[in-house]
Amino acid sequence: MTTDTADSAEAVGVAPAADPGFLQRYGATIEYILIPGAALIGALAAFGVFVALYGKNPLDLYFYMYQGAFGTWFSWQNTLTRAAPVILTALCTALPAQLGMVIIGGEGALLIGALAATSAALAMQWAPPLVVQIAMVIAGVIGGGLWITLSGALRQYRGVNETISSLLLVYIALAILNHLVEGVMRDPASLNKPSTREIGAANMIGTIPGTDVHWGLVFGLVCAIASYVLIYHTTFGFAARVAGGNIRAAKIVGLGVGKLIMTICFLAGGCAGLAGMIEVAAVQGRTNANLAAGYGFTGILVAFLSRQNPLAVIPVAVLLGGISASGGLLQRRLGLPDASVLVLQGIIFVFVLASDAVYGRIGFLRGKS
Amino acid sequence: MADASIGLWTVPLAVLGGAIRVSTPFLFVSLGECITERSGRINLGLEGTLVMGAMSAYGVSYLTGSPWLGVLAAGITGALLGALHAGICSLPRVNDVAVGIALMLFGIGLAFFLGKPLIEPTAPRLPAIDFGWWSDIPQVRAALRINVLFLIGVAIAPILYWAFKATRWGLLIRTAGESSDAARAMGHSVLLIRLRATMVGGFLAGIGGSFLSLFYPGSWNEGLSSGQGITAVALVIFARWDPLLCLWASLAFGGAAALGPALQSVGVTSGYHLFNAAPYILTLAIMIITCSPKRTLTGAPAELSITR
Amino acid sequence: MDFSRISRRHLLQGGAALALGGTIGARTAQAAETTIGFIYVGSRDDYGYNQAHAQGAAALKKLPGIKVVEEEKVPETDAVEKTMESMINLDGSTLLFPTSFGYFSPHVVKIANKYPKIRFEHCGGLWTEKDPKNAGSYFGYIDEAQFISGIVAGYSTKSGKLGFVAAKPIPQVLRNINAFTLGAKLANPKATTQVIFTGDWSMPVKEAEATNSLIDQGVDVLTCHVDGPKTMVENAARRGAFVCGYHVNQSPLAPKAYLTGAEWNWEALYPKFLKMITSGESIPNFYRGGLKEEIVKCSPYGEAVSAEARKHADEMKAKLVLGEYTIFKGPILDNKGKTVIAASVERGQKDPELEKMDYLIEGVIGATS
Repeated sequence: MTTDTADSAEAVGVAPAADPGFLQRYGATIEYILIPGAALIGALAAFGVFVALYGKNPLDLYFYMYQGAFGTWFSWQNTLTRAAPVILTALCTALPAQLGMVIIGGEGALLIGALAATSAALAMQWAPPLVVQIAMVIAGVIGGGLWITLSGALRQYRGVNETISSLLLVYIALAILNHLVEGVMRDPASLNKPSTREIGAANMIGTIPGTDVHWGLVFGLVCAIASYVLIYHTTFGFAARVAGGNIRAAKIVGLGVGKLIMTICFLAGGCAGLAGMIEVAAVQGRTNANLAAGYGFTGILVAFLSRQNPLAVIPVAVLLGGISASGGLLQRRLGLPDASVLVLQGIIFVFVLASDAVYGRIGFLRGKS
Repeated sequence: MADASIGLWTVPLAVLGGAIRVSTPFLFVSLGECITERSGRINLGLEGTLVMGAMSAYGVSYLTGSPWLGVLAAGITGALLGALHAGICSLPRVNDVAVGIALMLFGIGLAFFLGKPLIEPTAPRLPAIDFGWWSDIPQVRAALRINVLFLIGVAIAPILYWAFKATRWGLLIRTAGESSDAARAMGHSVLLIRLRATMVGGFLAGIGGSFLSLFYPGSWNEGLSSGQGITAVALVIFARWDPLLCLWASLAFGGAAALGPALQSVGVTSGYHLFNAAPYILTLAIMIITCSPKRTLTGAPAELSITR
Repeated sequence: MDFSRISRRHLLQGGAALALGGTIGARTAQAAETTIGFIYVGSRDDYGYNQAHAQGAAALKKLPGIKVVEEEKVPETDAVEKTMESMINLDGSTLLFPTSFGYFSPHVVKIANKYPKIRFEHCGGLWTEKDPKNAGSYFGYIDEAQFISGIVAGYSTKSGKLGFVAAKPIPQVLRNINAFTLGAKLANPKATTQVIFTGDWSMPVKEAEATNSLIDQGVDVLTCHVDGPKTMVENAARRGAFVCGYHVNQSPLAPKAYLTGAEWNWEALYPKFLKMITSGESIPNFYRGGLKEEIVKCSPYGEAVSAEARKHADEMKAKLVLGEYTIFKGPILDNKGKTVIAASVERGQKDPELEKMDYLIEGVIGATS
């Protein structure tokens, strides 16, 4: 069940279909690859039919999607750049999901994290870049973390539904950001595009050598792997999963559910806040309304598609990054509307969710055939 | 236009007018969601339904020349999306919250995709009824130009309240929402009841969307909804699954949306971003005040995943 | 690029039945063509800002040997960097028009430095000496057209109250409001303009509410500065008020209520740019102009505009084209009674002080914060 993806991929590669003993050992793992894979192919086929009804050739569609997402080195870098923030915002949904909580407010934590990171950098202009960058990371994590902890605390201590409260907090975060950026934090020189002052070129975190992809990708990978280890290989993670199975039962057993909720929510929000910090320190160089670009919402999708597994978040984020990277090509070569990407994401989401019903029902994987 | 302005009276009048103009989509979505949630299922996808409803209503009105056919089309589109939601949720082990988010994305995407050629054309709009004929003040007359959909929505609320209490299907829905075992024991299919409840909910939400594109603000474009569908879903929770409270809450939200511009027009100009966020802050505040960790919410259907 | 074409051909050979795709194959770039990329921040048929640019792009499409590729709804994040690079790498574009104000810094600057042989023409007028030489930024003094709208509005109002639905209190918007009011005062010295800020560029419900609030206050002529004026125009017309349009000609939306409007004239400018490039002439990096340079224009008068108003407006338009009139001529007070332009000072079209405008003049009801 907890085998990591690389192992499972190998397992699929060498699967001798006729050996029932092998299937009994790896059946569940194969299932975890096979079913979402089949759902994805089904979704792509359904989208192809949709596009054909719209009067375009679906084979052209697949070709341009492949070319735009993975066809060239440039396309790969485009895809990875788009995946970077989404890995982090997906963790904002995937981590609380271990406790059975549905948090959909990653966008708000991202914005607050960005504001906090920018404030830290602006307050520390005298310091050497490395110090400023570390301060930005800490501020971003704390800002985003506290924002989602607020949802967790409301759930724990006031019984307020965390799905709704985290979503409302997105709108509130956006209003706070706009209010500050057009008010006290505004750089008087940002005349027609209200923004904060710039954090300074020296404090930017730059790109991974040899590529165009910024360091945010590495932050994302590290956080995803660390989350995976935390959830599946520590006592804390075990307690979280027990509580997630049944919060009432966990309370009876005496697990500190409150502490679990607050810690997990802080870590989750911290990831999204880090995404905000990276958008500031690697892309925009300052905070303004551009930061509300929807990464938080794409993250929800990624988390559900990876079945809330922090490690699976990585390939799924890359896949969705690829879809969004190919969106431009679909507009320019095929004349499809920009919303095609949204439609495809929606279809994939629906197919993958519906495929949940199939687990444990594929006869041959249970050695029954 | 009459000569005189009415000064500070603009604010309460604008809030009243706004309550009537802006509340209708909230009202329809929240009543629809009320039915769905009472049956024990939550459909977070009504934001997508609202936008799809707005798009299809505008398109059908444009193509047929009849805005009422547009309203009907919006309702049917909504019911179909509701059926899709219920269909996927009836599969074993599928999480209704997640399906709702998926359908929100799908509905918005599909509406933007198909609605591209509808941004430019002008479709026939729904007419308004002039309830302000008794007044000489043009502002009052304008505030009381009311669309029939609003009146229908206002009428549905008490009917629904009564139906939940006193009719057979109201009882069935509540039974499905309180205990699926009990409903099954009575010989009813819980899935079928929820399918119908979700379809009716979608139908109403679609009509709410048609109000946006065919009456107020009255045209189709991609920024039309700004989260009204999802806000309305939140509104059901603090309205305690009570259709009458949904009505009052919707009116309050409509009024809150009008407050920002109205205050500016009389000279209160600072902090308009915060005024714009007022409905969300209000919802959150009311939820914090009225919820309690000790007990499940009064009125909450026991089968509802988000309150368990 | 060659690579992409080859792989495409292989794909077509792979399946004989794929001949359907021929039409698209024919659209791949040919060496003889110049490919121009247009990037829009919103929907290109929004009856507003983006549509104005799309009309300019459409004018280029008509020219021989020109291929235009377009992508809409590209956010002002690193997504626009990737779109620009994709247009360069995958479509072979040599001239790019990133048309949104917020694209310039840091995105256009970054990509222009990376691709020194590609020409970038950004809309917003932001280029300064420190920016790359292959990037230009152009903009129009649309306040001149707003001034003419103001004159027409001043003659058309019965209550003497004009309304302005605006997005954010930034210099460009304030300049439009002030120019509109100065025009109106020329026609009717007692005229006032009431302004409501909605907070963002596209908020239909807020714009409709603002329109209604203004009309409730007795306003009977309205104009706006938001991305898509459709909502304001239609709602105002439904309540029997007159409107002046913005960005493009909105008279088809409300033929009876439409007086005139301030429009961009990109369909004149873009072919001019292209001619300059093909004749080897260089486009100034900082390129701005108004009515005279044909970068902005006024909509044709609606039927409700009186002969007196037409005469006065035409007269002033002619003076502006000849450069014989200065709109911002002292003494000008702000609406708090402070002198903002002293009695002897004339602030002409290109005066940099006007770019920093942070006040509303006497006669405007509203505040900048």
